[in-house]
Amino acid sequence: MYWYRKLSIKQKQVVWAWMFLSIPVLFYTVIRFYPTFGAVLLSFQDWNLLGAKTWAGLENYQRLISDPVFWKVFSNTFIYLLLGTPISLVISFMIAYNLDKVNFLHATIRAMYFLPFMTSAVAMAWLWRWFYQPVPIGLFNNILSSLGISQFPFLNSTFSALPSVLAPAVWAGLGFQIIIFMAGLRSIPQSYYEAAQIDGVGSWTVLREITLPLLKPTIVFLVVFSSIGFLRIFDQVFNMTTNDPGGPLNSTKPLVLMIYDTAFNGFDMGYAAAQTVVLFTILLIVSLLQLYIMRER
Amino acid sequence: MSDIGIKTSAASLNAAKPYNYNKRMEPARVIRWTILFLGGVVMVMPIVFMLSTSFKWPHEIYNLMIIPDDPTIENYTYVLEDGRFYKWFINSLIIATITTISAVIFDSLVGYTLCKFRFRGRMIVFVAILSTLMIPTEMLVIPWYLMARDFGWLNSYWGIMFPGVMTAFGTFLMKQFFESVPDDFLEAARIDGLNEFQIWWTVAMPLVTPAISALAIFVFLGNWTAFIWPLIVTNDPALYTLPVGLTTFSVEQDVEWELIMTGAALATIPTLIVFLVFQRYIIRGVVMTGLKG
Repeated sequence: MYWYRKLSIKQKQVVWAWMFLSIPVLFYTVIRFYPTFGAVLLSFQDWNLLGAKTWAGLENYQRLISDPVFWKVFSNTFIYLLLGTPISLVISFMIAYNLDKVNFLHATIRAMYFLPFMTSAVAMAWLWRWFYQPVPIGLFNNILSSLGISQFPFLNSTFSALPSVLAPAVWAGLGFQIIIFMAGLRSIPQSYYEAAQIDGVGSWTVLREITLPLLKPTIVFLVVFSSIGFLRIFDQVFNMTTNDPGGPLNSTKPLVLMIYDTAFNGFDMGYAAAQTVVLFTILLIVSLLQLYIMRER
Repeated sequence: MSDIGIKTSAASLNAAKPYNYNKRMEPARVIRWTILFLGGVVMVMPIVFMLSTSFKWPHEIYNLMIIPDDPTIENYTYVLEDGRFYKWFINSLIIATITTISAVIFDSLVGYTLCKFRFRGRMIVFVAILSTLMIPTEMLVIPWYLMARDFGWLNSYWGIMFPGVMTAFGTFLMKQFFESVPDDFLEAARIDGLNEFQIWWTVAMPLVTPAISALAIFVFLGNWTAFIWPLIVTNDPALYTLPVGLTTFSVEQDVEWELIMTGAALATIPTLIVFLVFQRYIIRGVVMTGLKG
């Protein structure tokens, strides 16, 4: 280690830095970057996992465009997003806004809302699947029938299957959003509210003119975070529709389930890789939109 | 006279004070509290029904009663009898623990290096790691599967763990937190003759323990509930993690919902206990990661 002793303090630090980074740099190269390019490359190839890979050019993408299942899945994925994000954000904001003003048993109530976030999506999917069963098994239909209301098909109808799959995902995510919203609300300086108070402004105006604008970073973060979550929905769908993957007439099938099916049931690796590239592009656009909106601030 | 004038203006000021939480109209506060509380009850109800059903006999699951008429632990005996759940539980525990330790160590080491060292290429490494945040796991599962297959990692702990031994999010998070550690502390330790590794481990790390516990909670929970990758990389039931095991178990049981609920309860109870014990830290951790990340 003679050469090391001859180095200046600054040079020694550089040596340490690269020593610390050596394994991580190797990891990110081999486990993140190389597979990323691998997936993109594979999307231009045709491969059934056994035979040889053959170059397919844009064939996989052309197949996607002309595949009616893909367009169904594509729109499902966005329905998850367009229903899930606004509904969960509005509910969690209303709860956070009011919970913030409650002192009595505050921590207990907060814990009740947060509890579902700690569960595994798989366990909760089976739990909700039981709720949705027809009479005399399912909880919801039992409650409906005890109230004299006719049964609801939930997972068995093309109309209600997707919202039924979405519900447990929204339910489990609320707690997280509430906690983040409350932290955002607490970070708004009290002096703004005091100034509004002196001016005698009504509470609705305060909400619209002070709270919501100042909460913008929190809202943008939660919109992006939950959008990405809903675009990647898989665990719930997979477990709630094991008898009929993707629900009646693919009505609940999201992109990730299609990827899983194409790759690991159909062994159509190139086609599946093309689907992952589409998913990546969608997520990239959402993330870039976030950066763009935050920059305007 | 003037005294009264001041008092009335103060009173009108008070009247126009919609934001003083403590002086609001009582009924409104009571209604607000009641609605929030009932909402909380609705939130926990599904979990309560899951636990309740796991203690019911098959003929009772149609009953809406929360407390079973004739509670039984028969379901638990049955589900645990063949030992599969123990195995899946141990698998999940080992995998989540090792991954958490690894991610905490590497993420903080990299975050620390990128925060406190000045060297050529620092920004490139940082941006490169950060850019991997944009790549969804689902895009990588196919190449990872091929990699695992070629290296013989299918059906092994390492095969399940390798994608998660470091996280870009954790690295970013720890870098943010190391910003709050004063350089003077590190310089003082350097003068005392500690080497860089000792400075990181004995001086810097203890100063960011709240961040470490927050990261550890997130990584552990993420690995405990992880589903798609363990599902792909294992097909040997002996190596299933709890979520994957629960899926196969539930498919097998078909319509025996009280057994499925027992399995679901077994997968859920550990994290619920952890939450109830460490509630304060977990919520603080969520806030810290949410705001810094």
